[in-house]
Amino acid sequence: MKLREKAKVMDAGQIESAIVRIAHEIIENNKSVEGLAIVGIRTRGALLADRLAGKMGAIVDREIPVGALDITLYRDDLTDVAEQPVVHKTEIDFDIHDKVIILVDDVLYTGRTIRCALDALIDFGRPKSIQLAVLVDRGHRELPIRADYAGKNIPTSQKETVQVKMKEADGEDGVIVAEMEE
Amino acid sequence: MAAKWARKDLLGLETLSADEIGLILETADSFKEISQRPIKKVPTLRGQTIVLFFFEPSTRTRTSFELAAKRMSADIVNIQTSASSLTKGETLRDTARNIEAMKVNIIIMRHSSSGAPQLLAESVSPSIINAGDGSHEHPTQGLLDIFTIKEHKKKIAGLNVSIIGDIAHSRVARSNIWGLTKLGANVTVCGPATLMPPEIEKLGVKVTYDIKEAIEGADVINMLRIQLERQGQSLFPSIREYAMKFGLDADKMKYAKKDVLIMHPGPINRGVEITPEIADGPYSVILEQVTNGIAVRMAVLYLVSGVKERIE
Repeated sequence: MKLREKAKVMDAGQIESAIVRIAHEIIENNKSVEGLAIVGIRTRGALLADRLAGKMGAIVDREIPVGALDITLYRDDLTDVAEQPVVHKTEIDFDIHDKVIILVDDVLYTGRTIRCALDALIDFGRPKSIQLAVLVDRGHRELPIRADYAGKNIPTSQKETVQVKMKEADGEDGVIVAEMEE
Repeated sequence: MAAKWARKDLLGLETLSADEIGLILETADSFKEISQRPIKKVPTLRGQTIVLFFFEPSTRTRTSFELAAKRMSADIVNIQTSASSLTKGETLRDTARNIEAMKVNIIIMRHSSSGAPQLLAESVSPSIINAGDGSHEHPTQGLLDIFTIKEHKKKIAGLNVSIIGDIAHSRVARSNIWGLTKLGANVTVCGPATLMPPEIEKLGVKVTYDIKEAIEGADVINMLRIQLERQGQSLFPSIREYAMKFGLDADKMKYAKKDVLIMHPGPINRGVEITPEIADGPYSVILEQVTNGIAVRMAVLYLVSGVKERIE
C-alpha cells in the first residue's frame, strides 16, 4: 500500500504558533501552573509535550514537569497485529497523584490511543484531572473522547492518513494529509 | 531496531542471533520501569494462561517468572512434579499434550534432562520457555546477566568476562558463553580441571585453571555455584580446598580491576565460591541481577506471546 501526498496542511511556522496558542490556553484555563504536569504519548506526542512544556515554562518563568508515556502494552489490538510492536520506555519521573495532567498527542483520530493512555496514566496514581491537547483533530471518533486543546481541526476521510512530522524524529516540521493508493 | 521476533519458543541463546538478543535486552529495558510503579501491572497478557512446570527445585527463577507473568496480567498455574501424574507413569509429552488441550498459551519449564524443552517445543503448540534444562542452557539467566552487565558497562563488545567455578555442570555458564560471545565479549572460563568440560574452548572461550589469571583484567567476574546435587562423584578433594583455590575472597580481589562487577546467579554457597564480604560488597550486583530478571522475563513473555505461527 502506497501513500500519495495530497496536501501540506501545516508548516513549521503554523505548528509553532499552534503550540504557543495551546500553551496560553492551558495557562488561562487552569488559572495557574501550580500542580500542573505534561505527559506526551510516544513518539511524536512526547516530542510535542517537550516543546509545549518549554513554551509554557517560558511564559510563566518556571519549569513544568514533563514525562513520556509508551502505550504499547495497553493497546486493544495486540491480538490482531502481525507481530509484537516494539515497546519503548515510559518515563514519568514525578508523582502524578493529585496533579493536573495535560496529556499530549499529535493526532486525535479514533480515540483508542487516548483510551490506552488514560489506562496507563491511572496506573501511576490518581491525578486530580486529565486534559487532552492534540496538534491535529481529524475526526472519526470510535470512543467518547474529545480534545480540550486542538492546534487545528482537519476534516478528513477515512481513506486518508494524517502525518505529523517533527524535526527531532523526521528532520523537518509539517503536517501532511496523504491518501492510500488502491 | 532491525530485529524482529518470530520464534514461538525460547529454548536457548545458542540459536539466537545477536540482533534477537539485542531486541530482548531493549524490550527488557522498557519493562524495567513497570516494577517501580505503585501499581505494578500492565494489561498486555490479559486472558493468556501460563503454566509453570518445574521438575527441579527453584526459588528465584520460578518466583521471577511468576511475578513477570502476573505483572503482565496473565493467569498462571503451577504444576509441582511431586504432586503430578508424572509420578503415576505418564510421559512428559503426554502431560504436555494434556496441558495443551486445556488451551494454555505458554509453558515455562525446568527439567533435569538437557533437551526436554526442545522435545516439547516440537510437539505442542503453546510457547515453551526453557527455565533451565540439565546442564544445557538457562537462557533467561544468561539474558539477565548480560542485561545487568550492559546496564553498568553500557556495552558488551570488547568486555572481558570471566566465568569461574563449576563450568561442566553449569547451564548458566553455557547460556552466558553463547550470549556474550555473540555480542562480542571476550569470555574466559576458569575452574578445577575436573569441572571443566573437554573442548569447551570450541565455544570461543579462553580456558584457565588459575583464578588469578581469570581475575586480572576482567571487567566482569561471574561466580558460579558449586552444584553438589549434580555431582555423582567427588570432583574435588574438599569444599574447603575448593574455597581456597577457586573461591572469591578479599585476598584474590587484590588482582581485580577497580571497576569490576561481581555477579552470581544464586543461590550462593557463602564461604564456598564467594565470601560474604565480597557477595555483599561494593562491586557486587547480585541483587540487581534478581531485579533485572523480572524485566527480562517480562520481555520474553511479551515477545513469544505475539508469535502467530503455531504447531497445529
